[in-house]
Amino acid sequence: MKKLCVVLDEREVQDNPFQPDMWRIVRRYPLTSDVNFYQARPVDVDEALKMNYLPGQFIMLSIPGEGEAPFCISSTPSRPGLLEFCIRKMGTLTSSLFDLKENQTVGIRGPYGNSFPIDKMEGKDIMIVAGGMGVAPLRSLLLYILDNRDRFGKVTYLHGAKNPGEMLFREEFFQLKERDDLNCLLTVDKDDTGKWTERTGLITTLFKELGPIDSKNTYAAVCGPPIMYKFVMENLVKLGIPKHQILMTLERRMKCGVGKCGHCAIEYLYTCIDGPVFTYWDVLHMKELIGRGVSDKVIA
Amino acid sequence: MMILKMKKEDLPAFLESAKQWGELWGPTTKEEQTAYSKVDGLSQMDLKATRTMIPPKKFLYPPRFTMFDFDEEGFVERTGDVPKRILFGLHPCDIHGILIMDKLFLETYKDPYYAERREKTLLLGHSCIPDDKCMCFATNTDFVAEGFDLFFTDLKMFYLVWVGSSRGHDLVRMRADLFSRNLDKNDILNYTEYRKWKTAQFKAKIDLTGMPDIFELGYNSPVWDELAEKCLSCGQCSMVCPTCNCYNVVDEVELGTVEGTRDRFWDSCMFREYSVVAGGHNFRDKRADRLRLWYTHKLQAFIGEFGKPACVGCGRCVSTCPVDINVATVSKALKEQEVGK
Repeated sequence: MKKLCVVLDEREVQDNPFQPDMWRIVRRYPLTSDVNFYQARPVDVDEALKMNYLPGQFIMLSIPGEGEAPFCISSTPSRPGLLEFCIRKMGTLTSSLFDLKENQTVGIRGPYGNSFPIDKMEGKDIMIVAGGMGVAPLRSLLLYILDNRDRFGKVTYLHGAKNPGEMLFREEFFQLKERDDLNCLLTVDKDDTGKWTERTGLITTLFKELGPIDSKNTYAAVCGPPIMYKFVMENLVKLGIPKHQILMTLERRMKCGVGKCGHCAIEYLYTCIDGPVFTYWDVLHMKELIGRGVSDKVIA
Repeated sequence: MMILKMKKEDLPAFLESAKQWGELWGPTTKEEQTAYSKVDGLSQMDLKATRTMIPPKKFLYPPRFTMFDFDEEGFVERTGDVPKRILFGLHPCDIHGILIMDKLFLETYKDPYYAERREKTLLLGHSCIPDDKCMCFATNTDFVAEGFDLFFTDLKMFYLVWVGSSRGHDLVRMRADLFSRNLDKNDILNYTEYRKWKTAQFKAKIDLTGMPDIFELGYNSPVWDELAEKCLSCGQCSMVCPTCNCYNVVDEVELGTVEGTRDRFWDSCMFREYSVVAGGHNFRDKRADRLRLWYTHKLQAFIGEFGKPACVGCGRCVSTCPVDINVATVSKALKEQEVGK
């Protein structure tokens, strides 16, 4: 079987692919109690417009002395100059990142990975299903599609969170709900505020509100906690969306991002260069792809 | 490929002249353990030894080295302190192992650290004497046609010397007087005889045909759990395997400063932490999962990708694993659905 997808950008590949460039944090604010949002731009401003990426790709982020790990990109290449990412306080590196202040610098290299297959998705209806931290990579895709709205068909966005306080980019999505070229459905498992105006219940309850779907003409992109996949996949397959048109993005431990260190290997694939975006069809016949748990936050 | 002939007694003189290019390294044996050492000449080498404990990958990809020096300002690449080396006495399996490393490190995002060492190392192969642990006949790596600069086949009185690269040819030209282009009928007969002899030396019983399917069928086989019961997760198999390339990266900080080094060192997928992600989720917390990954990668996945196994049959896992888990026993256990005693 041939490699799923390795598309190296035509941009100049650095001599040393492990060399991080220094970027400055220009904006930071909390999204929830344990997730921060960051905007960064290169310290060398002339480099700012050279960062060329696609939704679904990731970067390797380092703090000198603390280490390096992969993070998905939450911004869209259709708004160039800045990179945005979300960081949840999880381990030692993410704790240091979480405490970063505006104007501090971090090392960044990339972008890496195969990205969502944008060229195949153009002209099709799009359904995005985000749960919890899974919104981090899917926001890149959604904003990209909205910025190129006339190149896509019907766009549906389903987003589930535990409770209103845990919903990432809450204000942003409430604004997007106002658009009439996007069907944006938001739900929380439980409303502990008494002020929640949207749906309550698991994300799968949103499927009942979808109405008729042109399933063969639809690409679905899913990211969320492990428990969500099982039920969401069932629903998507029931809708009749072909399995190779159901996309998901995976998380693995990575030390290089460029197919050398071995950590993200799944059978003959490396999550870093053959993924992190895989189809449900890949998952069905690559046992290890999803067997022992899917991440709730895509990449590290 | 150009094949030359050299009298056996001329080898020391050839190696002496080759040393003008760089340090000479060859297999030496001390207390029954063979390793590559820096040598003055042929007299210090043990060309009869079947295998070194650690494969020559360590010269191209050291067990631990510094990639970057860093401070607050950022990262500065560390390169350039690599000596020029001539490795003499590499066996066909070793060279096949390096060819696989080349694929991993030089294609799709070239690794500059590996590339620099590869550039500064000449590989001079030498024919070998197989023992009962050698499995290269089953992996089709018992002979080698590329990857070396020179390859010496020992035909008792003479060497036949394959010239595999321009740099190898340069070494030959430094002592062109020792080489002859005139091969005759006897050389062909001797070489044919040698191949027959070598093929007859293999004692190991191993057959890797059909392995990808057998791995697929045996994904949930209890054989993996039985093997995992024995496995110590010590990772020695990875250290001695010529095609294990996995590594880990850590930042080492000078106490009380923000300066330090970003270091890279050999890792093994047999280690528990290998697939742990932030937050503590382990994609392979069971030892059976890790064992299966190692062997799937060698005998199934790589075949699917490159049409050949990532095992070169060197037998190092056979001689190293303290509990007898190796390519021969695992493939046999999977086929017979029974772990041997």
